[in-house]
Amino acid sequence: MSTFWSIWIIAFTAITIVGCTWLLLANRKVEVSDDTKEGEAQKTGHVYDGIEEYDNPLPGWWFKMFLGTVIFGVVYLVLYPGLGNFGGVLGWTQVGQWEEEVAEAEAKYTPLYEQYSETPVEELIANPEAMKMSRRLFNNNCAVCHGSDGRGSYGFPNLADSDWLYGGSAEDIKTTLVNGRQGAMPALGGALGEEGVDKVAEYVFKISGREHDADKAEAGGQLFATYCVACHGADGTGNKMLGAPNLTDGIWLYGGSPTLVRHTIRNGRNGNMPAQADKLKAEKIHLLTAYVYSLSKNQ
Amino acid sequence: MKHEIVEKNIGLMIVLIVVAISFGGLTQIIPLFWQNQTTQPVEGLEPLGPLALEGRDIYIREGCHVCHTQMVRPLRAETERYGHYSVAGEHVYEHPFLWGSKRTGPDLARVGGRYSDDWQRAHLYNPRDVVPESNMPAFPWLFENTLTGKDTAAKMTALRTVGVPYTDEDIANAAAPFAGGEVKEIDALVVYLQQLGTLLTQKR
Repeated sequence: MSTFWSIWIIAFTAITIVGCTWLLLANRKVEVSDDTKEGEAQKTGHVYDGIEEYDNPLPGWWFKMFLGTVIFGVVYLVLYPGLGNFGGVLGWTQVGQWEEEVAEAEAKYTPLYEQYSETPVEELIANPEAMKMSRRLFNNNCAVCHGSDGRGSYGFPNLADSDWLYGGSAEDIKTTLVNGRQGAMPALGGALGEEGVDKVAEYVFKISGREHDADKAEAGGQLFATYCVACHGADGTGNKMLGAPNLTDGIWLYGGSPTLVRHTIRNGRNGNMPAQADKLKAEKIHLLTAYVYSLSKNQ
Repeated sequence: MKHEIVEKNIGLMIVLIVVAISFGGLTQIIPLFWQNQTTQPVEGLEPLGPLALEGRDIYIREGCHVCHTQMVRPLRAETERYGHYSVAGEHVYEHPFLWGSKRTGPDLARVGGRYSDDWQRAHLYNPRDVVPESNMPAFPWLFENTLTGKDTAAKMTALRTVGVPYTDEDIANAAAPFAGGEVKEIDALVVYLQQLGTLLTQKR
């Protein structure tokens, strides 16, 4: 803050405090008229339409309380920031207090998380204390998409089964958490046409062992070989490097009804797992990895 | 000065009252217009693009700010939940700011990038589909209404007059993202939400 504004603020604050005090004291004593009769309260001599004003002073408690606030104000401004650039003799700042609180909490909680950082995920899942902590982390950070039981929902992967888009090893899970994932199923409606979409859908039903139209499925197979194998593989079992799902296992992230499968082929899907690297500390990500890993092991 | 003079000249009394009550504003508000802390953008702050700008207006229209604040206070309980506390420099291009004052729902100052676009869409379509205990209203019409972008350039021009650094190019291209006629209100709102508070990060 520039010196000008600092002085500006100090000046107005001082004028306010001094002015209020002056106003209070200056009005405490009023001139009293001398025609007061014996045994009657004193009058000020003010007469309005024949009504006379008694000299009733301000109530003592109110007067003292007012003075008290003035004194409180002055003491506050000496101790805490308020007068322009003067930071107060206590050196208190809002951010300083926050930093203190955070440092105190870090000292207390960080070791609790860090004690598990060196333990491999595979061992950690047998530790009930660590699992309890990681469950809370999961509920705070992950459950809103994947559900409090980790079973996901439409568009959000089930973490409690053994079907993994990007791999289910501890290392894969951690990579997913740290860097996030961006699904990229392109929209094929334009390239395939509505008929082509229908044929590919029938082929997908065929390889997943569902009821299908054999003629359409055969035609769809050829289209599949052109448009889909690059990611989903020749046998449709997917590719974990790309996050391309296995189409043969009967698990449908975006719904398995004919309408929804056709919708997926026609419009594509771009599921996104947000990266946690900038949001959560490494030791917490480690615990979360363990929790997610444990979900599929506890089947 | 005698009481009587003030009491019997209502004009003078009005002037004195105005002087007395303006002192609070003169000390607490006026200096902020000239402080770097409140007038300089934080590093990397850009004016909202056309989609985000329209999304922001939808945010205001639907009254999101009535139940959601955009202000993380420097208290550990808040930074632990939402991330880095809010600073004034993040909001210098906002007219009006949307800090809000009531949290029926959570603070949204750092919601950008926290959930996927799909989640935001599912949640706005019907919050209970993803958060069963939520009492937030559903906003299904956002998926029906199309944005034309016909007012976007005018909005940017208006914002420029109050100091938001939109370039002539920005304003000339304001309607471009809406050209296909396929941009729904939800698309713009999600773009707006996904950029909220992404400039300052802090690991929790």
